[in-house]
Amino acid sequence: MEKIDIVRSRTVVMPGTDIDTDQIVPARFLTTTTRKGLGKALFADWRYDKDGKPKTDFILNTPAAAGCRILVAGNNFGCGSSREHAPWALLDFGIQAVVSTGIADIFRSNSLKNGLLPVVVDKATHAWLLENPGAELTIDVASCQLQLPDGKSVSFPLDGFSKYCLLNGVDQLGYLLHQSDAITRFESERSWKP
Amino acid sequence: MSDRSLFQKVWDDHIVVPESADTPAVLYIDLHLTHEVTTPEAFNVLRSRGLSIRRPDLTVATLDHSTPTVPITTLKDLDVVSEPAAAAQIRTMIENCDKNGIRMYGFDSDSRGIVHVIGPELGATQPGKTIVCGDSHTSTHGAFGALGFGIGTTEVGHVLATQCLLQRRPRTLAINVEGKLPRGVTAKDVILAIIGKIGVGGGTGHVIEYRGSTIRSLDMEQRMTICNMSIEAGARAGMIAPDDTTIQYLNGRPLAPRGADWDAAVARWRALPSDTGARFDSEVSIDVSRLAPMVTFGTNPGMVVPVTDAVPVSDDASFRKALAYMKVTAGKPMLGLPVDVVFVGSCTNSRMSDLYDAASILRGRKVASSVRMLVVPGSVQVQRQAEAEGLDKVFREAGAEWREAGCSMCLGMNGDIALPGQLCVSTSNRNFEGRQGIGARSVLASPLTAAASAIAGVVADPRPLLPN
Repeated sequence: MEKIDIVRSRTVVMPGTDIDTDQIVPARFLTTTTRKGLGKALFADWRYDKDGKPKTDFILNTPAAAGCRILVAGNNFGCGSSREHAPWALLDFGIQAVVSTGIADIFRSNSLKNGLLPVVVDKATHAWLLENPGAELTIDVASCQLQLPDGKSVSFPLDGFSKYCLLNGVDQLGYLLHQSDAITRFESERSWKP
Repeated sequence: MSDRSLFQKVWDDHIVVPESADTPAVLYIDLHLTHEVTTPEAFNVLRSRGLSIRRPDLTVATLDHSTPTVPITTLKDLDVVSEPAAAAQIRTMIENCDKNGIRMYGFDSDSRGIVHVIGPELGATQPGKTIVCGDSHTSTHGAFGALGFGIGTTEVGHVLATQCLLQRRPRTLAINVEGKLPRGVTAKDVILAIIGKIGVGGGTGHVIEYRGSTIRSLDMEQRMTICNMSIEAGARAGMIAPDDTTIQYLNGRPLAPRGADWDAAVARWRALPSDTGARFDSEVSIDVSRLAPMVTFGTNPGMVVPVTDAVPVSDDASFRKALAYMKVTAGKPMLGLPVDVVFVGSCTNSRMSDLYDAASILRGRKVASSVRMLVVPGSVQVQRQAEAEGLDKVFREAGAEWREAGCSMCLGMNGDIALPGQLCVSTSNRNFEGRQGIGARSVLASPLTAAASAIAGVVADPRPLLPN
C-alpha cells in the first residue's frame, strides 16, 4: 500500500443515498482474478450506454470531474456486497477519498486496506459539499481534518491504527504476521478446538 | 464476570490479543469459507510474499458465484457453458485449493453448493464459532449463534496467512421480534419488515441479536433467512441464540462433533445465550402478529411494503430515482404489477423449506405463459432431496426451470440474468439496480409470494393460494 498523508483536490459530487457496491462495480466484472484494471468498470451501468459509449450526462464523464480525486456521496455509501473490487475500481479510476455522512462497514474496512480514505463528516458540512460541487478540499490524514475552501476545518473519525498504516504505507498483514507467537499460543491453550 | 450478550461471549472467546486505544483486537477465526470470486487476488498476494496457508484444515471451499446452474460434470463442460473469464476464475480456485491442501466441494462433490447453504448443511457452521467469508451474506451463519461476517479480499488473505483478523469491537443491537406469524407470512417477510423499519443503514457498526418468541419458534432454515439479510440493514453480523432447535439440526451432520466431543460441544453451546442482564447499545422491537407478505418496490431492501399496499410517496431525490428505475408509481398498488421473471433461490431462500413453500403454491397450477420461472436449489444436497421427494416434477410440471445448485440469478455473473427492463420477483436479497442483469428490475419477496406471482403473471398475494 502506498503512503497517503494529504489529499488535495476539487470534489465530484454524487448526491444519491445508499449507493451500493453493485453500482460501483457490477457483478459481471467480478470474474477477474486480479485487482488490476477495474477503473473502466467503475459505475459501468451508470457511465456507459448500451453500446458501451460514455453517457455525457453522467457526472464522472463531464469535464468538471476530470482530475477530481475526492468523491462526495450521499449517505450510506458502499452498502451491500463485500467486493473489494469497489475500492479497487475507485482507486484505479483516480479517486483517493470518499466523503459522506455514512459509509458502510465492509466498504470502509476494504477502503482503509487499500489507501482509499473514508471520510465521514457532519450533516451541515455534507450539505454544503453537496451544494458546492468542485470545491477545493484538503484532507489531512495525520490531523484527521478536512479543510474547506474558506479555510475552516472539520474533523473526521479515523482510528489510530488505520491512520498509522495509511501514513506509513504499512499493510496490516505484516502486523498480523508479527503476532504469530501469540496466535500459536492461543491455538494451543484454548479450551476447545474448532 | 458481569452479564454478557451472546455476541460478547463469542467475541471474548476468540481474542488472541485484546484491542487497545492504538491497535485493534487480533480475533481468531474458526472457520473460513471461500469461493471463486473473492479469493484469487488473496492467493496472488500470499504467493508473491512466499506465505503459506496457516490452517487449511479450518478452510472450506466451494464453487457458487460465477458457476453456471446447468449440468457440469467435467471442466470441459465448463468451457462450453461459461464465459472464458468465469471459467478461468473457477479453474484458478480449484488450482489454488489443490496446491494449498484446502478442501474443495467442487463439481465432483455431492456437497457443492452456495457457500452459506453448505456450511450449515455439512455441520461446519456451529454455535460459538467465528466464521468469515469473502461474501457479505456470511451473516447467515449467525443463525446458529456463531459470529459470522463478510470480509474483503485483503482480509481473506489475512485469514489464509494467519487465521486471524484485526477487528474493533462492534456495537450491539437487540431486535426483539414478538407475535405468532400469520398464515402465509414467513421469515423472509419478517426480515424485510425489519429492514424497512430500521433502514438499510440502520445496523451499520452493529452486530444484531434477533430475540423474542417469534425467533424462538422459527426452524433453522427460517433463522438463516433472517440472519442472512442482516447486512441489508447495514449490520455485518446478525446472531440468534442456540437452543434445542439448533442442536437438533446439527446432530449427526458430517462435520459436527461426535461422541464425547458432541456432549462437550453441546454443554458449551448451552452457555452461549445472552445472560438475563446483558446490555445492548440499542434495542428495537417489532410485533409481527399482524404482518402481511412483504415486497420491495424500490432499489434497496429497505424500500419495502406489504404486498397489498401502494407504493409510498416521497419527495426525496434518491427515492424518486428508484421509482423511475423500477417503473412504479407512487400511490399505485404493488398488486397487479406485470412480472417477466420469477427466481426462487439464493443463500436467502434456496433450502428445502423454501422449495416446499414454492411447491405448495405451484402444485397443480401453471406458471403464467408470460413468465420465465427459475427454481435453483442452494446445494447438491438440497437438489437431491428435492428430487427424491418429487419437488422437481412439481416445478417442471408447473412450467418452471429446475436448475443445478448455485447463486444463479441473485447476481448477474454466471449466465442467469433477467433482461433489460424485465421485472423479476426474486427470493434473493438485493434489489439494487442491475443486480440481476443490466436494467433488470427486482422485487424481493418470499418463496410463497414469488410462486404466487409466477402463476398470476403479476405481483400477487400468496394467501388466497395457500393449500388448506
